Amino acid sequence: MTSRISRKFQALRKEQKKAFIPYIMAGDPDIQKTRELVKILEDCGADIIELGVPFSDPLADGPTIQAAAQRALDGGTTLHTVIDFVSSLRSSTEIPIILMTYYNPVFKYGDERFVADALSAGVDGVIIPDLPPDEAEGLMRLTRKKPFDTIFLLAPTSTDERIRKVCRASRGFIYYVSITGITGTKLTLDPAIGSHMSQIRGISDTPIAVGFGIATPEEASMVARYGDGIIVGSAIVKRIHDPDAELKQYLRSLRAGIA
Amino acid sequence: MPALLELEKAYAASKKDKEFLAELAMLQKTYIGRPTPLYFAKRLTADLGGAKLYLKREDLAHTGAHKINNAIGQALLAKKMGKKRLIAETGAGQHGVATATGAALVGLACEIYMGTEDVARQSLNVFRMKLLGATVHEVTIGSKTLKDAINEGLRDWTTNVRTTHYVMGTVFGPHPFPMMVRDFQSVIGREARKQIRDAEGKLPEYLIACVGGGSNAMGLFHAFIDDEVRMVGVEAGGRGIAAGEHAARFAGGSIGVLQGTKSYLLQDDNGNVLGTHSVSAGLDYAAVGPEHAFLRDSGRVQYAYATDDEALAAFEQLSRTEGIIPALESAHALAEAVKLAPKLAKDEIIVVNLSGRGDKDVQHVARIKGVEL
Repeated sequence: MTSRISRKFQALRKEQKKAFIPYIMAGDPDIQKTRELVKILEDCGADIIELGVPFSDPLADGPTIQAAAQRALDGGTTLHTVIDFVSSLRSSTEIPIILMTYYNPVFKYGDERFVADALSAGVDGVIIPDLPPDEAEGLMRLTRKKPFDTIFLLAPTSTDERIRKVCRASRGFIYYVSITGITGTKLTLDPAIGSHMSQIRGISDTPIAVGFGIATPEEASMVARYGDGIIVGSAIVKRIHDPDAELKQYLRSLRAGIA
Repeated sequence: MPALLELEKAYAASKKDKEFLAELAMLQKTYIGRPTPLYFAKRLTADLGGAKLYLKREDLAHTGAHKINNAIGQALLAKKMGKKRLIAETGAGQHGVATATGAALVGLACEIYMGTEDVARQSLNVFRMKLLGATVHEVTIGSKTLKDAINEGLRDWTTNVRTTHYVMGTVFGPHPFPMMVRDFQSVIGREARKQIRDAEGKLPEYLIACVGGGSNAMGLFHAFIDDEVRMVGVEAGGRGIAAGEHAARFAGGSIGVLQGTKSYLLQDDNGNVLGTHSVSAGLDYAAVGPEHAFLRDSGRVQYAYATDDEALAAFEQLSRTEGIIPALESAHALAEAVKLAPKLAKDEIIVVNLSGRGDKDVQHVARIKGVEL
């Protein structure tokens, strides 16, 4: 079964458009706010939404997302509440939703139960930065032939062997990390990106989305030359406590930059 | 992942590299001061009135703790791999000092991550690191202790992976760290095994070591795994086994995944890591090395805990009876020996790993006792 994510990329490809994938932390500072934000993101041209699950030790994240996670944890948000929240969204939107979580909350929830509950809630895929494909066999087996994508990460330091492995394991899209570093770091595109892109395209038809450090419409536009989708997280999370008008304007400028 | 695979390969090659091994052996002897003595604690033994107590004197190693064994090994390896910079986390500051020392020795830049709370209780070691030429970054987020120092260290490594080697200080983290750190520390047990045979003509009945991440314990235990020797690892019981009050993972934890390692972890029902407490910064950590988890589940090693108060009592007891001020971490192992020795016969032998010296803790203990220095 094709996932909502794959169908979205197919539709965008036909229109020769690229995907705009904003990230927000679920429950930052509460679920009601997240509900409003999902609506705003969709209204401002988001194609897919990446929803962060708060974790006490977000190793791949910089200070902005760490602080957002702490606010969400303080508000009592858990993997359970995030899955329930997605389920409640499904009466009003069909936008593809990916969870970005670390592995321990999933492990504690139980792989099998997680996949079953997330699927029935209408979650379309998962990104787990501290679970490389080498350790994800169980999760991949559970999601095979289901409309639930396992998305893995490649970095500028990835070797040929790693690129092949991640291409084989990724469904929905491949997450290409634009920098060597953590989320929210200033963007300095690694020179490896060009050759990596052609290498990935040579192996796989799976779309590639690029993320980490993209903050301005200009940067989004530049990176969109390489990928099929652009992920913006920290820069949005920083702005969500500002008045809506500015956030909406900013989101629309990102959308326009990606084209 | 590529960095870990590169490290695994380089480490495997170093084990067959005669030049590397010869240099390491030479530095262990002439720089660290190995072998460290195995000392018979006669007065403490008499005080406790049971088994004979021997102390493996890692406190006499250069920089004052066992941490140097691993740091020198990894510094040499990093140099060989062509890295320009060493980074490390530290709790009590001993691993930070050891890494800064290793960096100075082989001529690499060095930056250390340390939680604000640990910076406050281990200020002496912070200054030592600076004297050795390292930059110390205070980690102000999360628990402000060892766990978050590791998070920040790993974030730095992700960012600067091409030029930098991350010197993990304990038997934790993704493979090959737990194996590599154990191997560099296993010199402790190899020496102790020979020394106790020379002294007593037999192996001991018990080994005791404190367990934070668990590197000094793995270092002592590893050479005895196949022997008929009982082993006890001692965790930090803090103020008692209630959430947030201790760091006894085997007493109050469950299996989880943190920092690239699956092991016992102090966590809540949703998989978030719980806060910890221990009087000793080096044991104040929510997870434990995966090989300890294995040794616990297989029943090969028993794990106990000592509370803050028990450790502080042992700290003072050893100081007064033997003239040795132990690190508060090592005092947890001693506290277990104090409980165990009186129950054993006089011809039985306990070897306690005295993993570090207590100079770094003197100010902290004075504060606890309400003494102004």
